[in-house]
Amino acid sequence: MIQPQSVGAVVPQRAHFAEPLPLRSGDALPEYELLYETYGELNAARSNAVLVCHALSGSHHVAGHYADDPGNIGWWDNLVGPGKPLDTRKFFVIGVNNLGGCHGTTGPASINPASGKPWGADFPFVTVEDWVGAQARLADRLGIERFAAVVGGSLGGMQALSWTLQYPERIGHAVLVASAPRLTAQNIAFNEVARQAILTDPDFHGGHYYEHGVVPARGLKLARMLGHITYLSDDAMADKFGRTLRHGKAVYSYDVEFEIESYLRYQGDKFAGFFDANTYLLTTKALDYFDPAFEHGGLLRAALARASADFLVVSFSTDWRFSPARSREIVYSLLHNRRNVSYAEIESDAGHDSFLLDDAHYHGLLAAYFDRIKV
Amino acid sequence: MAYRYDYEVITKWISPGERVLDLGCGDGSLLRHLAEVRQVQGYGVENDADKLLACVRNGINVIQMDMEKGLAGLEDGFFDHVIMSLSLQAMHNTQGILAEMLRVGREAVVSFPNFGYWRHRQSILNGHMPVSESLPHQWFNTPNVRFFTIADFDALCAMNGIVVRERLAFDESTLIEEEPNFLASVAVYRLGRPD
Repeated sequence: MIQPQSVGAVVPQRAHFAEPLPLRSGDALPEYELLYETYGELNAARSNAVLVCHALSGSHHVAGHYADDPGNIGWWDNLVGPGKPLDTRKFFVIGVNNLGGCHGTTGPASINPASGKPWGADFPFVTVEDWVGAQARLADRLGIERFAAVVGGSLGGMQALSWTLQYPERIGHAVLVASAPRLTAQNIAFNEVARQAILTDPDFHGGHYYEHGVVPARGLKLARMLGHITYLSDDAMADKFGRTLRHGKAVYSYDVEFEIESYLRYQGDKFAGFFDANTYLLTTKALDYFDPAFEHGGLLRAALARASADFLVVSFSTDWRFSPARSREIVYSLLHNRRNVSYAEIESDAGHDSFLLDDAHYHGLLAAYFDRIKV
Repeated sequence: MAYRYDYEVITKWISPGERVLDLGCGDGSLLRHLAEVRQVQGYGVENDADKLLACVRNGINVIQMDMEKGLAGLEDGFFDHVIMSLSLQAMHNTQGILAEMLRVGREAVVSFPNFGYWRHRQSILNGHMPVSESLPHQWFNTPNVRFFTIADFDALCAMNGIVVRERLAFDESTLIEEEPNFLASVAVYRLGRPD
C-alpha cells in the first residue's frame, strides 16, 4: 500500500468527430468535439480502462489539477489516483465531458455550423443513451474495445447502467452510486421548477442569450439553490446551519439572516458564474427522459435482461433525491436476471452529496471492489 | 477464512449449479466454499458494513438488507436453497424469517446452537448462563436474542406447517444420532413446504 496521492497536473484533451451522431430524439449532431482527461496508463492488452461518467454539474475533469490553476481540483479526486480506491497504478481512467456540456465539449454555447452562431436553444436534445453512444465512439478512438468498468454517481450512474444495456459486450463491471433506473415524479417535479426558473428569467431570451451578451443568472441561481436543498438531508442541513442567525437575532429584512440563506445564495451565485443555463436545461431533461424500462412495459427486469456485466450498486441512507429504494429496484431486477450484483446502503447523513465524500466504509467498499476486477 | 463443520452438511444438501441465498452470510466463506465445490450462483445477505466489505473482498455477491424486515423484493421460489447458518438465534422475527425463507426458496437450510445441550443444562444447574464453543458469548454481550432447543424448534416447525425433511445434530463435530436434544450442541435442518 502507498499513501493515496493525487494524479498531479493534468491536461484535457480534445477529440473531434466529423461523422454525424444520430440522436435518440431523431435529430442528429452533424459534428462535435469531446473534451476528456485520462489518468494512468492503458496497458498493452487495453483491458484496464475505466470510464467515469459525470453527473449534472461535473465534467471531464475528474482528478488532479491544472498546472496553471492548481486550485481547480477534479470533482472525484478523492476516488481516483495512485493508492486511491480507483487506483491509477492499475487502471487507465477516463473522464469525458458529455455532449451539451459547458466545459469545452460541443454544447449550446458552441457554434452551430448551419447558422454560424451559437446553438443556444437550438442545440438538439441529448439523452443518456446519446452520451453513452458518444463515449463509445471516444473509446473506439482510444482503441478501447471493452471497459474493465464504467463508474458513475447519480446521473453518472444512469450512464453506467445504460452502458450495460447499449454495449453489454463492451463493459465488464458497472458501478452505480446513488443512482436510479428512472426518476420519480417528485424528482422530475424538482427539475421542472429548476427549468422554469431559467426559462422565465428575462435574460434567457428563448435560449439565445449569448447573442444578447447576458446570461440568465437569476434563473440558474434559483435552479441551483433548489437543487442544493434536495442534495442535502434535513439532518445535514440542521447540523450544518440549524437556525443560526447572522446577526444573532431577527432584524426583519430580506437580506441574509439565517445562515442557510447565505449558503444557498453563495452556492447559487457561484454556480451561475460558471455554468451554462442551456446545459442545465438539457441535462435535467436527459435525467427526466432516462427510463430503460419504458420500452419494456415499465418492467425494469425485462430491460436489464440485456446486461451481462457484474454490478456494484451503492446508495446512501439519507439520500432522498436518489433514495436507497431506487437502487434496490436495480438490484432486484439484476438479481432476477441472475447477474452478479452486490449492494451496499451506506450510513451517511450527507444526503445525495454523500457520493462525492470519502466516507471510510464507502470508499473501502469501492476499493475492495475495484481491487478484485481482473485486468 | 472461517470454515465450520456445519458447512460439510450444508454442502451435501446443495446440488451443483444451484441458486443459493445465504442469510447472515458473514464474510461470505460458506458461499465461497459452495461456489468452489458446487459452482452455485450464490448471493449473501448482510446488514453489517464490515462483513459486507469482507464479502466484496472475498468476491461474493452480497446484498445489504435488514432481514428483520423480511425479504421483500426477492421473488417467490427464486432460490433452490436459502441458508441461515447459526444466525436464527440472533433474529427477533423468527417465524417471519422462516416463512420468508420458504417463500423465496424451494428449501431452507437452518443451523442453530442447541440450548438444550447437556453442558448448557449443567451450566444452568450450576447457576450460570452457558458459554461454550457453540455459544461463545457472555450473557451481557451475546448477539443472540432467542434461546431455544432442538425440541422447541421441532415444535415451532410443526406449529407453522414447516416440513422437516432432514435433521442432523452434532456435538462439536461428532454426529449425534440418539438424544440429540440432550447430546448435541448444534443442529442443522433441511426444511420445506408441505407438498
